[in-house]
Amino acid sequence: MKRNHAETVLTSVPYLIWMVVFTVIPLLLVTYFAFTDETGAFTMANLSAVREYVAVIFRSIWLAFIATMLCLLIAYPLSYIISRAPQRRQRTYLLLVMLPMWINFLLRTYAWMTLLENTGIINRLLGIFGIGPLSMINTQGAVVLGMVYNYLPFMILPLYSVMTKIENSLIEAAQDLGAPRSTVFSSVVLPLSMPGVMTGITMVFVPAVSTFIISRMLGGGSNMMIGDLIELQFLGNAYNPNLGAAISLGLMILILFCMSMLNQLNEEDKEGMII
Amino acid sequence: MKKRSWVNTGYIGLVMAFLYAPIIVMAVFSFNESKSRALWTGFTLDWYKKLFTNEVILSSLGHTLLIAIISAVIATAIGTLAAIGINAMGRWMKSLVLNTTYMPIINPEIVTGVSLMLLFVFIRDRMGIPLEMGFLTLILAHITFSIPYVILNVIPKLRQMDKNIYDAALDLGCNPAMAFLKVVIPEIMPGVISGFLMSFTFSLDDFIISYFVSGPTFSTLPITIYAMTRKKVSPEINALSTIVFLVVLGVLTLSNYMEAKREAKTSY
Amino acid sequence: MKKIFAAALAAALALLGSVSALAFDHQAMFEGMDTDYYTRFQGQDISINVYNWGEYISNGEDDSLDVNAAFEELTGIKVNYTFYATNEELYAKLRAGGSNYDVIIPSDYMIGRMVKEDMLEPLNKENIPNLKYIDPSLLGMPYDPDTAYSIPYTWGTVVLIYNTTLVSPDTDVETWDLLWNEDYKGNILMFNNPRDAYGIALKKLGFPLNPENQEQIDKATALLKEQKPLVQAYVMDEIFDKMAAGEAAVAPYYAGDALTMIDDNPDLAASFPREGTNIFVDGMCIPKGAKQKEAAEMYINFMCEPEVGAANCEYIGYSTPNTASLELLDAEITSNPTAYPSQEVISNATYFSALSDDLNKALDAGWKELLADDESFTFWLVPALLLVAVIASVAVVVRRARKKKRESY
Repeated sequence: MKRNHAETVLTSVPYLIWMVVFTVIPLLLVTYFAFTDETGAFTMANLSAVREYVAVIFRSIWLAFIATMLCLLIAYPLSYIISRAPQRRQRTYLLLVMLPMWINFLLRTYAWMTLLENTGIINRLLGIFGIGPLSMINTQGAVVLGMVYNYLPFMILPLYSVMTKIENSLIEAAQDLGAPRSTVFSSVVLPLSMPGVMTGITMVFVPAVSTFIISRMLGGGSNMMIGDLIELQFLGNAYNPNLGAAISLGLMILILFCMSMLNQLNEEDKEGMII
Repeated sequence: MKKRSWVNTGYIGLVMAFLYAPIIVMAVFSFNESKSRALWTGFTLDWYKKLFTNEVILSSLGHTLLIAIISAVIATAIGTLAAIGINAMGRWMKSLVLNTTYMPIINPEIVTGVSLMLLFVFIRDRMGIPLEMGFLTLILAHITFSIPYVILNVIPKLRQMDKNIYDAALDLGCNPAMAFLKVVIPEIMPGVISGFLMSFTFSLDDFIISYFVSGPTFSTLPITIYAMTRKKVSPEINALSTIVFLVVLGVLTLSNYMEAKREAKTSY
Repeated sequence: MKKIFAAALAAALALLGSVSALAFDHQAMFEGMDTDYYTRFQGQDISINVYNWGEYISNGEDDSLDVNAAFEELTGIKVNYTFYATNEELYAKLRAGGSNYDVIIPSDYMIGRMVKEDMLEPLNKENIPNLKYIDPSLLGMPYDPDTAYSIPYTWGTVVLIYNTTLVSPDTDVETWDLLWNEDYKGNILMFNNPRDAYGIALKKLGFPLNPENQEQIDKATALLKEQKPLVQAYVMDEIFDKMAAGEAAVAPYYAGDALTMIDDNPDLAASFPREGTNIFVDGMCIPKGAKQKEAAEMYINFMCEPEVGAANCEYIGYSTPNTASLELLDAEITSNPTAYPSQEVISNATYFSALSDDLNKALDAGWKELLADDESFTFWLVPALLLVAVIASVAVVVRRARKKKRESY
């Protein structure tokens, strides 16, 4: 006899109020600011101004895409190897992977700054071999490197958690049936790891496309990304909250679009993800 | 098969080297005598001494911990109650609420930060409430982005739980509150704890959202670090990152060890 | 024996410690000041928020006076000291609101702009008696004609800094053209704020430092875009580490900071371009709505104390507007042509003035255009990527439909 405890819903009321005040209303405010100018009048000027920054937007998407692909390429074999390793070692490996994640993000990016500088360690070592100082910092490459470095653990962990669920017996069965290694991979491992791949891509692409610290510290101010642009409008060298809100709105829509695309490709029925 | 495992371990080693190289270099140069970050001139503990007497860093560290604990506790409370309520909702309502809940997670942090900043400014300007960017705004912001993680952790546990237990407790004479405490809470406790830990961690490390809603009187450690990187850099940063690394290493090793012990006990 | 040695060592260390504390004997310094005035707020647990440029106050390093600590000791008022990198950042923070500052230190043109936009509190000069020490020629300037809103903190010029080991000896270093010199591609640093960057470009083109019309701004924007591929990075205070380490060969920056950098790295030198440069005054102001106006005025007054002003300018290298402080400074400093340039250089230098709203907007737009400029980007990417997105969506929809068909068997 299952009873209906409809009143239990009431416990979520404090949260619902909070959610409306601190999540829904702020986003509505962003939309409001995006469509008004400083006097409060309705205008489309902000959105059309965003068109001028198309170069910045596409650079952000492109760099984030490269960083995501690199993370995937590096993390995939790594997660697989770790998931097949003996149980005790797996834990140690995981620990080693997670450790850098816990160190402050700014400190990690700063660490790369010191490594990549013209007079930094890498160039000094290369100098010993007579290789001229490579200009590594303040380039797009440095920004991608920074993104890969910071977000690699976020790709490793979901991949690993999905791969441990792929039982060895499945792989052995495929091999027993005579499948060459490439088929084992494409027919067994790859499809089963897809949910992890999707999660990993999400967890890397979203922060990568919207970062402003990495592009500021490693990009030298000449490789502006969407995040830089937004920050500039609110707390940086130009004060234009309306334009900033418009760009933020654009960024949000972009991310939602990418997320819905990814979700379409992901067969698994995730509870609550309508889009 | 030996060749394969050699390649495998080599690959792991390579990736680990990539992950740890900057951290190790930072640590080494925290002992460097000159301010140079590439030229080693001599050994010294000066930077560590300076770090411990740096009032700004110490106070922002304290602020960070304070905010992390308070916001994590409140977020866990609100989030757990929310999860219980959401779980009892009808299908249409449930997916609406859950989708809105997941927005701060999916949304880039900068958008969340900007939207909260606009909210606080709006409250101050249009509603006349003298709200200053500082402690209060930071706590509100941190709670806001923490609650979804708590819900994310508790709901699966609620779904795993056998619904009949609650009814059974009521049948045995508990009132609803007691039934909750004695029956439901212990079942979902692992989810609550991991939600709490997640909130705590994300709050400790948060920079972007805090950057937009903080003020001059109350700074968190990431914000202080960011300010430090924008001017003449002192190896105190290296010392700080080395200490953070050691603390994190200690905590993770300890928790790992404890978990290993627990698993060893239960694997009989 | 060991114990005695240890005790002696400890005593020696303690002595050394107290000696360095004596290096700046606050009490002796306070004696020359009006302690009745300063101790008015003792014990009331007041704190003020001071928002200043980075590296712009004597903070106790290298045996210098820790100004904020001395102020706290004398008055019992706590100082929350934070900093910004550019005038525009200060402006954005104040306009965005929510942050309550009591003392800010903008540059001349920004003060002018803030006065126009009613963002500053008028100062109560009775609370700032040390105003008498300030050089009269620096008062009553166009940006603040009655000295009603600001008290000068420092003044200075913009100079060209170059690394003598990285720049070949026969290069002409007395011109802004050096920043566009292809030989130093990738080794040039540039200002990361619009007024200073545009000022240099305008001067190079022979236009006045303050743009007069849209055409001048456009030409300057084009020139800056030409420079962009040669620039290593757009920086403000990040420049200290870069020049000190020899990361870059040339950079423009403020004279006071140039002296600090030369101190750190003797390979560096500074020059005044003959096209003319910018001369500026930074002034202490109180933003509108500041909660602790009187305590803020006390802080400003403290900054104008002869010894405090001297300690400040000695540490940060900028030039002091305080006649009494000038007398306290070493002749070595006051005769330095970079910090206290000749009349010839000064007459060739211009102050920034606040621009009209339209010109401000045009400058902002140009600056944003410059930062976002990417010559490697072609417009073809836009429709190409949109096409990819459309194809992807179609493919997904088709795939789903086919799946549904298969499953409906």
